[in-house]
Parts: sequence; structure tokens; C-alpha cells
Amino acid sequence: MREDRKGDAFVEFEHVQKSYDGQTLVVKDLNLSIAKGEFVTMLGPSGSGKTTCLMMLAGFETATHGDIRLDGRPINQVPPHKRGIGMVFQNYALFPHMTVGENLSFPLEVRGLSRDERETRVKRALDMVQMGDFINRRPAQLSGGQQQRIALARALVFDPQLVLMDEPLGALDKQLREHMQFEIKNLHEQLGITVVYVTHDQGEALTMSDRVAVFNDGRIQQLAPPAELYERPENSFVAGFIGENNALAGTIEQLDDDKALVRLDDGGLIDATAVNIREKGQRTTVSIRPERVEFKPEMMPEGAHTIEAQVLQVIYMGDILRARLRVAGSDNFVMKMRNTIGQTRLDAGQTVRIGWHPEDARALDPI
Amino acid sequence: MTALNFGDDMAITDPSGPATGPLTTADGKPLVKALARSQARLRRKAFFLVLPLLAFVLITFVVPIGQMLQRSFYNDGFSANMPLTSAWFAQTERGTVPDDAAWQALALDLQASAEARNIGTVGTRVNYDMPGTRSLFTSTGRKVRRGIDPPYQQTLLEIDDEWADPQLWSTMREASKPYTANFYLASVDRTRDAEGNIEQVDERQRVYVMLFWRTFWLSGLITALTFVLGFPIAHLLATLPMRKSNLLMILVLLPFWTSLLVRTTSWMVLLQQQGVINDLLVWIGIIPDGQRWQMIYNQTGTIIAMTHILLPFMILPLYSVMRTINPSYVRAARSLGATSWTAFRRIYFPQTLPGLGAGAMLVFILAVGYYITPALVGGSSGQLISNMIAQHMTGTLNWSIAAALAALLLGAVLALYWLYDRLVGVDNLKLG
Ligand SMILES: Nc1ncnc2c1ncn2[C@@H]1O[C@H](COP(=O)(O)OP(=O)(O)OP(=O)(O)O)[C@@H](O)[C@H]1O
Ligand SMILES: [Mg+2]
Repeated sequence: MREDRKGDAFVEFEHVQKSYDGQTLVVKDLNLSIAKGEFVTMLGPSGSGKTTCLMMLAGFETATHGDIRLDGRPINQVPPHKRGIGMVFQNYALFPHMTVGENLSFPLEVRGLSRDERETRVKRALDMVQMGDFINRRPAQLSGGQQQRIALARALVFDPQLVLMDEPLGALDKQLREHMQFEIKNLHEQLGITVVYVTHDQGEALTMSDRVAVFNDGRIQQLAPPAELYERPENSFVAGFIGENNALAGTIEQLDDDKALVRLDDGGLIDATAVNIREKGQRTTVSIRPERVEFKPEMMPEGAHTIEAQVLQVIYMGDILRARLRVAGSDNFVMKMRNTIGQTRLDAGQTVRIGWHPEDARALDPI
Repeated sequence: MTALNFGDDMAITDPSGPATGPLTTADGKPLVKALARSQARLRRKAFFLVLPLLAFVLITFVVPIGQMLQRSFYNDGFSANMPLTSAWFAQTERGTVPDDAAWQALALDLQASAEARNIGTVGTRVNYDMPGTRSLFTSTGRKVRRGIDPPYQQTLLEIDDEWADPQLWSTMREASKPYTANFYLASVDRTRDAEGNIEQVDERQRVYVMLFWRTFWLSGLITALTFVLGFPIAHLLATLPMRKSNLLMILVLLPFWTSLLVRTTSWMVLLQQQGVINDLLVWIGIIPDGQRWQMIYNQTGTIIAMTHILLPFMILPLYSVMRTINPSYVRAARSLGATSWTAFRRIYFPQTLPGLGAGAMLVFILAVGYYITPALVGGSSGQLISNMIAQHMTGTLNWSIAAALAALLLGAVLALYWLYDRLVGVDNLKLG
């Protein structure tokens, strides 16, 4: 729905390229448009160019090629302080020589707001992150989570339309991180701001975002809402990067529209849905989520192809049982089974035949 | 080391319970004492480890400086060798006209100390406070060494009628007490007149106050110059890539590694009137040949040379502080709407203050006590107070006034340090 409204995209990257050294492209042909009020996350492995993109948007790096537009205006020539973009840094970057109150008042001061106006706004921003009592503390006297909130309040206090966050929760422990994810999401909805968020925690990306841009190798590999990203990855990188995934290498034996039959390298035959392959005989990697693998014939559709699997290990994980199987000569095929009363318990050493719905197996580009 | 018994039956009284006096260990000893005893051995060991250093510092630093400082207010050159005269001074009021007893005491003392061959010491001591009197003592001493007969007053006045000078008597009265503040008075161009009132010395002899002012003013100027020159370089050092910043660092440290003579020679080559810089300026046509600038052997020379040599003391602390300032602070400020100048002024610069404070303190204190460079390139208008101290140590041999000048200098530096601590806080100082 949002993707359709290209015309009034709030943030737009168009064929953006970036090179630091003139030798290698860190960002190769980036195209991304973000609608007003959207929460878009850039997710990707370390060094994939996420921070670089954010820095170009904030104005601390210049695009080597291409256009970046904010609200329809090209901003390549606009200096950072005129872009009006709020930013939360990974290390918070709270000014150590100022109190919390002074930190928050800084963006208002440089905008020439009156003292009264500043005070009300600072107070409102602090209350928003429930830190009203800490106005006279110095950043060093705050815990990591509290500093995080102040950084957030500071990025929001001057009412920016767009807020960038570069791994803002990276330094927090798991529990606090989850709590803050919730709060950030809340603020986003309350204030109606546009957020571009960078993380390499996929859980964070999936739970918070409207859409996730998966970065690798300087390109967006897939840009989609979280559920689609997980269930319908468009290439092997995304399939492998998001969630747990089984990858089976083989050749297309038969292709009928998007229904494909794949001959595995050890001779087994499996069903799959063709995603980004075009012809018979092409090499492919089939991706299946562990929870979609079945070993009971009655759970599979009629006429489903099955292959032999040897159970190597079964791990009891409470809500699920996790089995590691040897399939097609590889030892890390994973199958997850719900831990219900009637569930068949597998034992190591046992041999079963596994299969799946054809839609659950996606034939993607070969790795 | 058996003090605490943390067994199962540990009997440390419950701190949350009702007040039952001090905490005790299982065997009933006070906890504080037990703890102290258990740590005493550690402390002893630590003490023995620093003992050599302590001894070294005591012998080579504290004792000599203490001795030196003592000279600034204690000098028994007169009192020890002129006991009778000193006794007469002690018994009479200031301003008493010397009576027969006084003349007798003086004559006998002069004779005795001339015979013991330390009349020179006495003369030197009086000479400190009243220049030009040493020869009076030594020449009189030569004449009375073999004995002196009454009437003493007449005899002495026949030898030299300067003995009747009331100023001389007043000065001797001052010198008769081994403890004196006169050296400090002299250090600030003050002296005592015949009545013992403090007054300024003769206009032509006023030199110390001017020198103190010049020393502090030049040190301040040099500190400011090192800051202006050093700040951008320190910033470059902190932000350049490692390889380039290492190269730059070598350039910064080069003055340290250059021999003083080589450095001085190169300044001469550069700065003298027929030197490289003047040649260049004349060649370009900025100054006519007849008006070459005098840049060495005067204050300019002192300023240039000292700024050069003290620059690293400003750069290094600044650099070490700047290196720790995360670039994201400035970026954050920019993203919050600050221009690069505001971001520098409000965010970056305040965070460099600990380094700036340390650098300024180092440079200023070093500059205040600088001696060799002004001596070499300062001419007469570039001399600082330390050159005067050195002059008294090695030239006039008036160690007492040298000590008093040095003590004043030390006091001033300590006062500045105290002021700095009050204003900025010494724990904010970052040296490396
Ligand atoms: N200032 C720079 N100069 C040269 N190369 C840089 C610079 N900043 C980043 N790079 C390079 O650009 C690439 C992308 O860096 P970037 O910081 O955008 O990655 P990232 O996706 O944010 O990674 P991470 O998740 O680790 O933060 C990396 O290979 C990095 O080495
Ligand atoms: Mg990054």
C-alpha cells in the first residue's frame, strides 16, 4: 500500500552509490523510498553499509552518486544542521559536560527559542521518556538505559519529522532492550514521526518495523514487511539471514509455472516453489523453515515427495522439540516439532521420511 | 596474619540490630583494629618498596631546596662573627646613637674577626643590604688585625669616616639578627632607611619587580601562543589516520630531541639581522634592506624560542584529551541543528578543557622558571627572573637574595596552582 505512493515519498534514495576510497563501492545502487510516518529498519550484517546510508541521510557523508530527497527536496547540498533530522547514536553521544536538561535544551537554544519555551519543551520531552526527575544529572550519572532514553528525548525534543537511530539499543541487556523496543515503537505511533532504524538484531527489526530493508554487500536484498520477509524471502541471502533456515542444494528437474521439482545432489527429489529461477536444469538452493518440515505422512499434502532423513540429535526446548537430521549428506538440517501431548517422540539414530507443502519450500538462487 | 575468623560461628555483631558498640571479630577484638593489623604488613611492604625513591627525593630535592630556602631568611654572616656588636644592637633601641660601648664592641669585633680571617664574610653580609660597604670592612680589618687601641671611635673614624654613617649602623643592626626579611624586601625592590622604615630602592636599582612582571607577562604570552599554535595541531594529530599522525607526532617532538646548541644555532641562522628570514623578507620586498628586523637577542627572540621549545608541552596533553573525544559528539551537535562553529564552541572545545588546563599549567610553570633559552637568545630585554637568580648564584654569589627570589617565584607558582584548583579543579587535569 505504502510502496504504491511513490509520488509523495518522504525520504527517497535514488540510485545512490557511495565509495570512501575510490576503489570499492560500499553502497551500490541503493533505491529506497520511505513514506511519512513509516518505521523502516535497515538490517544487515556488519559492514554492509547501513551506517553509511544513515550518515548520508543525516549529512555527515556525501553520496558519491545519485540523489537523496527529503520531502521531495534534494538534500545533497544541505548541511547537516539544516536538515532538521533527529538522530540517536549508537553510543548515545550525550554531551558529557552538560546536564540532562542542558543536553535537551541545546537543540532548542541553537534554534533561538526563548527560555520559557525551552523549559516547557524540555520538560515535556523528559516526561515523554519518564525521566523528568533526572533533569539535573550528568550523563555519567545515568545507567545505560537511562542514557538511552535521554538520547531519544534529545532527538525528539525539537520535533523533527524524521528520526534516525543507529543501533540505539546495541549496548543494552536483553530485557532492557525489549522494554526500550516497546517504548520506541510507542513513541513512534504517538508522535507520528518517520523513523529510519538500523540494527543487526533481526528480532528487533521484525518486531518494530513497518518494513525491513535487508542489506548485504551494499545493496538492499529485500524490502518488505516483517512477515513477508520471513515467509517469502526472495533470495538465499534473505532466507539465510532472517530466522532459522534449511538450505538444500540441487538442480531444477521440472518446472511448471511456479511449481518446481528439484533433484538434490544425492538423488532425492523434493517439491518446491520457484521464486527466482527461470528454467529447467538451473542450479538452485531450496529454503525450508524448520517448523514447516513434516515427518508424518498424514500432515503432508497428497502426492508430496519425501526424502530420507536420519535423526542425529533431539533437543528438548520446552515449547518445542528440535531435531537435527542428516539430509542429503548434510548434518545440519533442523526440524522443529511442537511439544504437544500426542507428539511422536523421535530418537537419535532413527530414520524417517520428511516432506513439506510445496509452498513452504522456496527454490532460490544457488549459494 | 591471623585476625578475622570467618568461621560458621562468625560473631560479627549484626549491624542492623540494636546499637551494641563497635563491631568485633569472633574472638571479641574490635573489627577496626583487626582490619588495621591485617593490612599493616601490606602497608609496610609497600613502604619498603618506595623507600629508595623516598630517600632519593629527600636527599636530592627536599633537603637542598629546604637549605636554599633557609638562606632566604637566615644569614648569620654578621651575627656569628660580630658577637659583641650584635649584643649591643640587641640591648638598644633602633635609632640609638652609637655610644662608647658600641664603638668598643665594634672595634673589638672587627679586630677579632679580622684576625680569624672572616671579616670578608661580615663585609659580604652587610654589603647585601648596603652595596659598596664590603671594602670598608676588609680595609679596616687589614689595619686593625694586629690590635686596636682606644679611643675606639676616634681610631675607627680616622681609618675611614664612613663608620659614622647612620645608614651603615642601621644596616648593621639589621644584619645583626640572623633571621631577616630583608632579602625578601630586596627581592621586591624595597629596603630600610636609617630609621628602619621600608622604602623603595633608588630608581636606578629597581629591577626585580620589573623582572617579575616581565617573567609573568612573557610566560602568559608564551602560554597563549602555544595554545593558539598547538590547538589545531593537536586536533590534527587526534583526527588524522594513524600513519600520518605518527609522522606529525615526530615533527612535534623533534625540538625535544634536538640538542640545545643545535637549536640555538638554527634560531640564530634564522632570526638574526643577516639571517634567513630577514633575507627573505628583504628579497620579497616587504622590508627595505636598511630596516631589517631585530628578532633575536631581545624579547622577540625569547618569545619565539620559548614558544618553540614549550609547544610540545601544550600539544601532548591536548592531544591525549582530544583523542578520547568521540567524533559522534560533534556530529550529534550538528544533527541537533548547531553550525560547525557552534558545535566546536559549545561541544568540542569544553571537552578539551582538561587538556588545555594541563597544557597551560605545564607551559606557564616551565616558562616562569626558564633560564637557558632566555640567557642564550634573549639579549638584555629578554632576560627573565631566573636569569637574575642564576646571576646571583654564580656571579655576585649573593645566595640569600637568589633564594628569596626563587622562593617568591615558587610561592607565586603555588598560588597560581591553588587558584587553578579553585577555579577548574586539579582533578580535572589530564596530562596523558
Ligand atoms: N570513514 C570510512 N572510511 C572508509 N571506509 C569506511 C568508512 N566508514 C565505513 N567504511 C567502510 O564501509 C563499509 C560499510 O560500513 P558501515 O559502517 O556502513 O557498515 P554497517 O553496515 O553500519 O556495519 P555495522 O553493522 O558493523 O555497524 C565497511 O566496509 C567499512 O569498512
Ligand atoms: Mg553501523
